[in-house]
Amino acid sequence: MILGAALAGLALIAAVLSFAWTPHDITQLAIADRLQPPSAAHPFGTDHFGRDILSMVMLGARVSIAVALVAVGIGAGVGVPLGLLAAAHRGGWLDDLVMRGNDLIFAFPSLVIAILITAVFGPSALNAIIAIGIFNIPVFARVTRGGALPIWTLDYIRAAEVSGKGTALISLQHILPNIANLLIVQGTIQFSLGILAEAALSYVGLGAQPPTPSWGRMLAEAQTMVTLAPHVAIIPGLCIVLTVLGLNLLGDGLRDALDPRLKVAR
Amino acid sequence: MIARRTAGATRFTAARRRISVGVMLRYVLRRMISLGLSLLVASALIFSVVELVPGDPASFMLGTGAQPETVAALRQQMGLDQPLPLRYAAWVGALLQGDLGQSFTYKTPIGGMILERMQVSLPLALMALTLAAAIAFPVGIYAAARRGKAGDAAVMGGTQLGIALPNFWFAMLLVLLFAVKLRWLPAGGFPGWSQPDAALRSLILPAVALALPQAAILARVLRSALIETQGQDYIRTARAKGLTAGQTLRRHALRNALIPVLTIMGMQFSFLLAGAIIIENVFYLPGLGRLIFQAISQRDLIVVQSAVLVLVAAVIAVTFLVDLAYAAVDPRLRNR
Repeated sequence: MILGAALAGLALIAAVLSFAWTPHDITQLAIADRLQPPSAAHPFGTDHFGRDILSMVMLGARVSIAVALVAVGIGAGVGVPLGLLAAAHRGGWLDDLVMRGNDLIFAFPSLVIAILITAVFGPSALNAIIAIGIFNIPVFARVTRGGALPIWTLDYIRAAEVSGKGTALISLQHILPNIANLLIVQGTIQFSLGILAEAALSYVGLGAQPPTPSWGRMLAEAQTMVTLAPHVAIIPGLCIVLTVLGLNLLGDGLRDALDPRLKVAR
Repeated sequence: MIARRTAGATRFTAARRRISVGVMLRYVLRRMISLGLSLLVASALIFSVVELVPGDPASFMLGTGAQPETVAALRQQMGLDQPLPLRYAAWVGALLQGDLGQSFTYKTPIGGMILERMQVSLPLALMALTLAAAIAFPVGIYAAARRGKAGDAAVMGGTQLGIALPNFWFAMLLVLLFAVKLRWLPAGGFPGWSQPDAALRSLILPAVALALPQAAILARVLRSALIETQGQDYIRTARAKGLTAGQTLRRHALRNALIPVLTIMGMQFSFLLAGAIIIENVFYLPGLGRLIFQAISQRDLIVVQSAVLVLVAAVIAVTFLVDLAYAAVDPRLRNR
């Protein structure tokens, strides 16, 4: 978990730092220095325009993190209220409607639909966010409902009902805090999936557009040069792997830390 | 006495089987209704996403430089002058008769195009899934058997890495090693099934690239399902009657752990069918994903619409089959 937090933190620091400082200016092209292997001046080498890959990767982290984070926000922002609503009306038609709707979105091949959305509305980071975010909604709705259902049967919820609180108030005051740990864990998982999805979308040219660097597009550009300068392809890929790995480890660690029951069960 | 009791037992079993066939039939029927409904809603959704294209589909497909007359002609050909519900009904009606429409770019029937692309996508998905299962089963069983020991920790660490691996990047690394450096396998392209040998060889790297991340997920699911079943009473009974740990694992735990594993495999198959879109791009494979991708870049919305629907229908159908497989394996699920 500490390793996970460190890896994910590293990506976050790189992204935040890139607003203030990058080792080199990536708008400056230096064709003479193109495709240089890693050196003291360019720790990760340079790409086919002679741009510093470390700086590119730092700026790319910004896009990846922003897209994935907002997509998680969309998923949680819509999915959690829906899940709470479904749980509050468990067994009713509203519950049925929400859950069937969920099943339906799950049936769609998410990547294809994301590609469809970005293609129809034009490729951009914003449309990538929307496309990824939509598929986060059913995930959060399901986790929220699943977590909320057993809590609704507990005595203190019945006490709250007897005291005259409405379902909306109970959901907010009593259910939500009790499933917060589930949601945080799911959030980190969706965050890491979002980074993978963003990379895939921008790899096929449907994510952030040039000149904004993104990890996926760096890989796409590197593909033709992979034989000449393997580091151009290896470094952005490693960034994705390490960030996603970090987030997954963090999610696992958080789950164990937030749910003491699992420590015994494992 | 004994004979009579056996006869009674046979009659009882037969009666129970009849009841269970009835339950199963009802279950299948219920699932089929929901299958039909899902397909209907899915088609409506896809139809409306395409309808939401800025401007109208005809001018979107022809681009900004098109003559107004050309746009008007295409509008008429696509039936855009007719009201929306009517067009949707016409599309679904034709689909039900097996007519997927005609590609705007190639002027060929879309049904044939999809069928042709399926000859790449389907074998690729099957190869990848088989490979993923072939890796995941031994690894997952091994990890479950050594739970908490060093071997388990190593496997779990490895699967974490596998999950974090973007498959298209992994594909690039595979090409770098096996196609460029070692020259064992082709770096891309597909020669067609007239050369079965070369065709299979060109699917190996894509299948590996698709399979490894899936294998990592599958191994984790299998491991936790096995660990869960191993805590059950019937496992203790099996151990108590003298079976070794390995025997109980194979005879009792594995079979019961298969249910969650089947679900994941069903989901993975549909993912592999549709999600190969990126990998097909890396290896220049003429699969279904690449068809959709090309159609999108050529703005051939008719192809996009029908091909996406075929993919979604395939996913829904696989889910349906997995549900049926479950109910067959686990009678408790039939009443849900």
